[in-house]
Amino acid sequence: MTEAAIRRGDWRARGHAGWWAFALHRASGLALAIFLPLHFLVLGTALNGAAALDATLGWTEGPWVKASEVALVFLLAAHLGGGLRLLFVELVGWRGAWQPALIAAVAGGATLCALLFALNLA
Amino acid sequence: MSDARRQSLLWIAQRASAAVLGLCVVVHLATMIVAVRGGLTAAEILGRTRGSVTWMLFYSIFVFAVAVHAPIGLRTVIAEMRGIHGRVVDVAMLAFAVVLMALGWRAVAAVTMGAPA
Repeated sequence: MTEAAIRRGDWRARGHAGWWAFALHRASGLALAIFLPLHFLVLGTALNGAAALDATLGWTEGPWVKASEVALVFLLAAHLGGGLRLLFVELVGWRGAWQPALIAAVAGGATLCALLFALNLA
Repeated sequence: MSDARRQSLLWIAQRASAAVLGLCVVVHLATMIVAVRGGLTAAEILGRTRGSVTWMLFYSIFVFAVAVHAPIGLRTVIAEMRGIHGRVVDVAMLAFAVVLMALGWRAVAAVTMGAPA
């Protein structure tokens, strides 16, 4: 694969677990960066008392909002797992052949967190 | 400050904040999974956080680490995906960090010190 092909985002790169780990880490980071200000604004309504916060939280009862919350828990857990993996790769030198298995474990762990959250939310 | 030195400092800040966030997010995820049992209500959230110095300190550190981590990550994404570098992006990301810190600490104050129910 030429350097130019890699720079263009050659689709062959997408066959690697590392590429999917990169894509998930980037997508989850972007989603969390967009969500955070909104999250802080919602919690900030508690400055006007519990009733004000409850009124805002009432909006979160909709099924699509609940589905979004489950998705955000998945993204947060995935970003956590992916970020910790990166820290160990960069700072501890974890670069073994078992990296794809670790990436799969991160995805599995994130899915488990989202399912536990969804079960408790239901 | 040279560009290389600035890049090095941002790299260190990104990794140091990631290490702090690693601990904070584990606690936050566990708390969320347990807290949503029976629905998410102001009584549940404020009953746990209001008047708690421990939660106030925890969330204050959490917000600070996020406000450092997210803008640096976003700066990298913008540089790699849009090819935009330089002072304009740096100023925009600094502004984003300030907004995150202000809104975040406001939220921490709201849930730990806000008006009684």
